[in-house]
Amino acid sequence: MNETLYNYTLHLADNALILAQRNSEWCGHGPVLEQDIAITNISLDLIGQARSLYQYAAELSNNIFSSTTGARTATEDTLAYLREGRAYKNCLLVEQPNGDWAQTILRQFFFSTCQFFLYQRLQRSADSTLAAIAEKSLKEVTYHVRWSSEWVIRLGDGTEESRNRLLNALDDLWPFTGEMFTPAGYETDAVNLGFGVDVKAIKPLWEQRVNEIFAEATLSSPITGSEGVWMQSGGKEGVHTEQLGFILAEMQSMQRTFPGCEW
Amino acid sequence: MHSTDNISTQNIWSILETVCDPEVPVLSVIDLGIIRDVKITRANDEDQIEVVITPTYSGCPAMDVIRMSIRMVLLEHGYKNIKISTILSPAWTTDWMTQAGKEKLKAYGIAPPNPKQQVCNTQLFAEDEAVQCPHCNSYNTRRISEFGSTACKSLFQCNDCLEPFDYFKCY
Ligand SMILES: [Zn+2]
Repeated sequence: MNETLYNYTLHLADNALILAQRNSEWCGHGPVLEQDIAITNISLDLIGQARSLYQYAAELSNNIFSSTTGARTATEDTLAYLREGRAYKNCLLVEQPNGDWAQTILRQFFFSTCQFFLYQRLQRSADSTLAAIAEKSLKEVTYHVRWSSEWVIRLGDGTEESRNRLLNALDDLWPFTGEMFTPAGYETDAVNLGFGVDVKAIKPLWEQRVNEIFAEATLSSPITGSEGVWMQSGGKEGVHTEQLGFILAEMQSMQRTFPGCEW
Repeated sequence: MHSTDNISTQNIWSILETVCDPEVPVLSVIDLGIIRDVKITRANDEDQIEVVITPTYSGCPAMDVIRMSIRMVLLEHGYKNIKISTILSPAWTTDWMTQAGKEKLKAYGIAPPNPKQQVCNTQLFAEDEAVQCPHCNSYNTRRISEFGSTACKSLFQCNDCLEPFDYFKCY
């Protein structure tokens, strides 16, 4: 039970942290100042969620492992800064490069919409800490969904240029969406133990929302007509695209060069 | 120096009145509504003071500073055994901001959050909220940016007196 809860919590934390790290690359580079601030504030929300989840995961880890192995005490920082890529359990979608604004927007829209339905259900988790984190985060995620939906519509129903960019982003990102709704082993166990969310059950809700927003954006549904597309997977179990290595190299370099440094 | 005999939670609450939000220094942590409980327990002839706080936003960078400030001010008043714990549920909302806090915000030039929640839904391209200018009280204002100097504020401008101002968003 405890190890499942630990893995499940880490998976949620890693999703939030890696997407936050990606979005933060826009800091100072956004297309206009207001949207630069918006995307970096979304980063900040996600880092806040990741911190709550890592703090909980550290507590769980110390209960499970330290008594038996004498391993070093886990903290939110050791979990973020000292784990290898293979130990990261985020979906492949969140580690994909920012690309242009359309690609960043579409990645956020696909992810936040899934996270919205997931946190909505996680509020009723049998685990009261996860339920509280979900409740706290849901207000923020609601805004992320609204903001990214508006942008998908603006780009799809905008100019020929913006529409083409969004369609290119769709080609790049679509193969990474299936993984969100294919449960890893610990997710299935978490559902059976009563504290996890059944991602298969939220897939139809996600698809409905995607269809609505794409219709509003005057684009055809990405769901119908994509049955043959091969869906990538593996991130939740630690098998990542080459992208994660670059993210971690940058994010972890300070703690690996000067272990324990603070400022 | 404070005697640890006979201390009451009321003393602690009044000390906490002096701890301010570092981003919006006219607001105390009480005005903000982030102090959820103060508990005093006595064990081994010593009083332990527990202050229970809840974060405004998950990623709010001010929370660490606020935790530190609470600890410092209680130490200054002679309390030694201090615990500051965090709860997330129920989640903080601007509804918990006190009326006094809202008045202080307005006097400081920041429009206080509207009394009715208007933002926490997924509705697209929602109409801007009618926000009152803190300088001339006009409702003829417009939003310039969803985010202002901090994540919790948006930037508005008054169409009548033309002054720009921050609006503390509903949350
Ligand atoms: Zn005015």
